[in-house]
Amino acid sequence: MTSDDTTLDASAPWLEVDALIDDPGTRIVVCCGSGGVGKTTTAAALGVRAAERGRKVVVLTIDPARRLAQSMGISELDNVPRRVKGVEEAAGGELHAMMLDMKRTFDEIVEGHAEADRARAILENPFYQSLSAGFAGTQEYMAMEKLGQLRARDEWDLIVVDTPPSRSALDFLDAPKRLGSFLDGKFIRVLMAPAKVGGRAGMKFLNVGMSMMTGTLSKLMGGQLLRDVQTFVAAMDTMFGGFRTRADATYRLLQAPGTAFLVVAAPERDALREAAYFVQRLAAEQMPLAGLVLNRVHGSGAAQLSAERALAAAEALTDRTPDDTDTDPDDCAPADAEADTGVEADTGTDPASAATPVAPGTAHGDAPGDDPAENLVPTGIVDLDGGNAGSRTASGHSPAAAEHVTPPSASAPQLAAGLLRLHAERMQVLARERRTRDRFTALHPEVPVTEVAALPGDVHDLAGLRAIGERLALGSADADS
Amino acid sequence: MSRLHVVSGKGGTGKTTVAAALALALATEGRRTLLVEVEGRQGIAQVFETEALPYEERKIAVAPGGGEVHALAIDAERALLDYLQMFYKLGSAGRALKKLGAIDFATTIAPGLRDVLLTGKACEAVRRKDKRGKFVYDAIVMDAPPTGRITRFLNVNDEVAGLARIGPIHNQAQAVMRVLKSPETAVHLVTLLEEMPVQETADGVAELRAAGLPVGGTVINMTRPAVLDTGDLDIAARGARTGIAKALAQAGLGGPRRADDHLKAGRREASPAGAVAGDGWADQLIDPLLEQAREHAERVELERVQYAELTGLGLPTYELELLPEGVDLAGLYRLARDLRKQGPI
Repeated sequence: MTSDDTTLDASAPWLEVDALIDDPGTRIVVCCGSGGVGKTTTAAALGVRAAERGRKVVVLTIDPARRLAQSMGISELDNVPRRVKGVEEAAGGELHAMMLDMKRTFDEIVEGHAEADRARAILENPFYQSLSAGFAGTQEYMAMEKLGQLRARDEWDLIVVDTPPSRSALDFLDAPKRLGSFLDGKFIRVLMAPAKVGGRAGMKFLNVGMSMMTGTLSKLMGGQLLRDVQTFVAAMDTMFGGFRTRADATYRLLQAPGTAFLVVAAPERDALREAAYFVQRLAAEQMPLAGLVLNRVHGSGAAQLSAERALAAAEALTDRTPDDTDTDPDDCAPADAEADTGVEADTGTDPASAATPVAPGTAHGDAPGDDPAENLVPTGIVDLDGGNAGSRTASGHSPAAAEHVTPPSASAPQLAAGLLRLHAERMQVLARERRTRDRFTALHPEVPVTEVAALPGDVHDLAGLRAIGERLALGSADADS
Repeated sequence: MSRLHVVSGKGGTGKTTVAAALALALATEGRRTLLVEVEGRQGIAQVFETEALPYEERKIAVAPGGGEVHALAIDAERALLDYLQMFYKLGSAGRALKKLGAIDFATTIAPGLRDVLLTGKACEAVRRKDKRGKFVYDAIVMDAPPTGRITRFLNVNDEVAGLARIGPIHNQAQAVMRVLKSPETAVHLVTLLEEMPVQETADGVAELRAAGLPVGGTVINMTRPAVLDTGDLDIAARGARTGIAKALAQAGLGGPRRADDHLKAGRREASPAGAVAGDGWADQLIDPLLEQAREHAERVELERVQYAELTGLGLPTYELELLPEGVDLAGLYRLARDLRKQGPI
């Protein structure tokens, strides 16, 4: 059963994931968003789907959960794309996956761009060893670097990238600029050779200042650390230009038409706030945003039953359970309503008239402190009668044999009440998620959205990724049967 | 008892909220706590529903019983200038360094230094005393980087002390490490009862222990009560179907007429299955309701496994219930109260 309540508003355009990944013009898909929203899973699921639809895909993950990585067969952290087995390749596609190894990537750059002696000097430098082993920030540079490398190899027609779990999702974009601003800065010159800077006459006085500065730095850092840093910077000097050229190129690549950014979020306030921020930032950087992936959205096959009504019904059931367990419903139902519900006024109404639309009006005044919401009152109150009526008709129609299967630990009404409470909880979650999403779409009506229905557990195999991929493409939280 | 509480957790587990609630919880009985933000996201300001925090300690909330929560969003660049000031009174030289891009270098290009500054500033607040020799803050709570980075973040000063083998930076780094590795510090990990966060918590605990950093407790955030117990769910799944359908009908959710009414009222009944069976709405509801119950059962079972995994870590655990409407200021006070009720942290 599906319901219209959980599908997307007409106001929010639908993100057509299949169109995006099928388009041969799409060469890079970047999944970004705040931590814990399912970026990596989304990237992996997109990769599987695109490959099974015929594209030659490589997924670059940054820090996948162990079992997710295992599901793609990349539990080794060796910085090399591996072919993922078990992917349906009938359509002519392939899936490769790799996990970023920061230090390895950094080392490879050094080895690839400096002659052997210099490379060794750098690799052995203690400052370099600390830096490359992955302080906050290094990951972003290396992710950019790796993306550039993969693109340059031109072996895949689609690269799906998962962004690092940064303190701010924006670090990934900032990386090339920061590197650039540092390389443009004078500090690097000071570190390397103060004398060089003062070459021009006008700079003489600055040169004096700089000598003082290095003196200060030396005092502060300890002479040996400053020397390490200087050696490092000097050794890297020739490479810096290359670094920067490549970082700039990758940045431009991200702005190019073949790139699509997907902002991933969960339907929660904080995650969507971050998503909104990201949407603005991408616009400011002229990065092509394809849309928003709203992960773990809840749906319900019984969305036409409101939370309020489910709770009212659950309450009615709990009230009547004590004397209800063994008795035949035909006998006890009317009595119950009289005894416990507090809306006795209506019990007089016979089943037939309870179903008529007039009844709600009379019932209204008797609502025990109920919510006056209009769609609620008629159903909520009349239901007690309608319910009795229903039970009569139901027992008349249904094979009565099953009645006495009533389990020992919980009576059917108790179970039903439990199911209804569970449903009420689900409907409240649904309503909250909707509100949060609507707030986002109101602010960013131009951003296409796709919703991925929540799964009860985590995904750690290809079948799970495939299921997520289907949900991504379907775009509505009602994907589950 | 610990005075520096470092709160970490996987992204999305609500560590900022938990850190804020903990700062409030520790500020009872006239105590004063400092809540420190190191990631520049202004999460604390959002949780406390105030405007963005400057780089300055300011009172942000009053706890029940007259305690105070102060907050500080550490800005790495300003912290570096503070740090230089601390040793050398580098007023103008500091500005010159800034012009040269040295500050940018230290805070972004050499990202390790950024972590040095952040941890250094927090430790300074831990050790700070007033004129009478009394600690200015009874407790410091740090909203720290996520679990995947926490050990490296806290251990950065060890690394620095190794790099700068002499001089003031070396000494400062060692002083910070002394605080962080002492019983004065406790690293708490926030998690959800889900597989990935729990796995990350277990990994995080192992890493922290290996690095000799003191692990505090785990905070299980956003717990949800089980609406149905598993026994009931089994029964429901095994098909007490008719009984349940009947009960639903009794509760006012049944009868073919009701279904008709809904159609008349303009509500959509997507599947005609119930009408065919002739049992009305209750019959149409039962499958989706049972399906939801199955999902619930699956989740409850997963949570049970994850819970066992967490308790297997041998750490004190604290639980905070999911607030269905999200955490507003009132919710934050409620979480703080719930934390306090669970004994000293």
